Amino acid sequence: MERNITCIICPRGCPLICEIKCGKVYVWGNTCPKGEQYGKDECLSPMRSVTSVLRISNRDDTMVSVKTSVPVSKYRIFDVMQKIRFGEVAAPVKIGDVLIKDVFGADIIATKEIN
Amino acid sequence: MINHDIVVVGGGPAGMAAAIAAYDNGVRDVVILDREKNLGGILQQCIHNGFGLHKFGEELTGPEYANIYSKKVAERGIEVYNETTVTDISKEKIITATNSNGILKIKAKAVILAMGCRERSRGALNIAGTRPAGIYSAGTAQKLINCEGYSVGERVVILGSGDIGLIMARRMTLEGAKVEAVCELMSYSGGLTRNIVQCLNDFNIPLYLSTTVVEIHGEERLEGVTVAKVDSKNQILEDTKRYIPCDTLLLSVGLIPENELTRSIGIELNNITNGAEVNQNRQSNIDGVFACGNVLHVHDLVDYVSDESEIAGKSAAKYVNGQLSGGKEIDVKAENGIRYVLPQKINLENTEDIALLMRVDKPYDRVQITVKAGEVILANVKRIRAVPGEMEKIIIKKEGLVNICDSITVGLEEI
Repeated sequence: MERNITCIICPRGCPLICEIKCGKVYVWGNTCPKGEQYGKDECLSPMRSVTSVLRISNRDDTMVSVKTSVPVSKYRIFDVMQKIRFGEVAAPVKIGDVLIKDVFGADIIATKEIN
Repeated sequence: MINHDIVVVGGGPAGMAAAIAAYDNGVRDVVILDREKNLGGILQQCIHNGFGLHKFGEELTGPEYANIYSKKVAERGIEVYNETTVTDISKEKIITATNSNGILKIKAKAVILAMGCRERSRGALNIAGTRPAGIYSAGTAQKLINCEGYSVGERVVILGSGDIGLIMARRMTLEGAKVEAVCELMSYSGGLTRNIVQCLNDFNIPLYLSTTVVEIHGEERLEGVTVAKVDSKNQILEDTKRYIPCDTLLLSVGLIPENELTRSIGIELNNITNGAEVNQNRQSNIDGVFACGNVLHVHDLVDYVSDESEIAGKSAAKYVNGQLSGGKEIDVKAENGIRYVLPQKINLENTEDIALLMRVDKPYDRVQITVKAGEVILANVKRIRAVPGEMEKIIIKKEGLVNICDSITVGLEEI
């Protein structure tokens, strides 16, 4: 089976051709080693970082931006969002603070400072 | 009247990087004037990641990228006038600004313009139909959702496939909205490839190329839009018209450098970049006035904004210290397949290696871009693929700039 994938490791966006044969992935079209790894991962277990916002309970109209500490499975993005959507934290918040623990293998951490 | 050595107008990524570079190159009296409460500019609402790959080798979110620079500003004790709007700058470098204390007049030895850009609005598009609620520029919707926590709409059509449009297609989807279509007038997307993959393909959001919104429907709230395909001359093909019900239309139809202040100083704007014309030091045709970032030309990556702003900051410091004056200038001209090149001028006095930044006029496969002075080739690069959405950078060595009399030209040929 062959899959055409666009590499997203860097802004260059190399067009990759990934061939899956006997449980192994072969990658063409990459211009760096990261691209080969990306092609393999994308065929076997695609991962994505999720970014969103959480409401600050003790401030008006204020949100803190958050991200998953590590990428999560692409098929879990909406499950992660479900957890984030109903979350709430109180200020102050610092960059890197863990706001929700262990959501499908990642922590939800703050990416903005709210005083 | 207050006196400062260097005044930076705008506290986004460009203004912060410029102020830091000016300070680090020996000028201690640097101030930043910014309209917002917090430094960071548009990065504060760009909560997605992908920033900083070139500069820091890691994927940061917008607020994290901004924080790196705002911390450096604070560490250096660079004074920031928050919630201060500049209303005028004169040729004599007198800056008029307003804030809650009233009107402020500052006399500067050098000014760095870093006001960024703004979004093109519905008014510029001439779309027929009513004027209901539910039509937003993509950046406004981004601010409402990411900073203020409002829900913007449930069924969405996005016009324009620039990066902000693509990012918002994903963002709205994650927040539970259904993005019915992303329409793009051109036959290709102006956004970065990775955004098309991560924001549209991941969520099966359809991208319709050579397609535009031709009519808006609804009285109080948007009820739907009529879209149609266009031919190669952007003429609407009547028989392709179709109705898409939606309650929200996001416009991501281009960014325009915000140059009202630049004009008030009397600086002429380039009619392609819509920004000032500058030399490699990012100095405009008025001595001591520098510009950097999206106010100069719209960038695709913030990393490049920071790089450019460091040049402007360093040059402004040199200017204040009397190390930047005079020198013969030659023109840099875009030819054949190149839409624009920046800087537009090169000052031959004490030059270092110079990075020429440029955009091609349409997507190409396999091209060679050549920089020439008369018949002499200064640099020459090959690209497997070149698209207008991704800025090209070519370095010309200072050795090549010795004994130049002619203007420099940059052109491409397909190979």
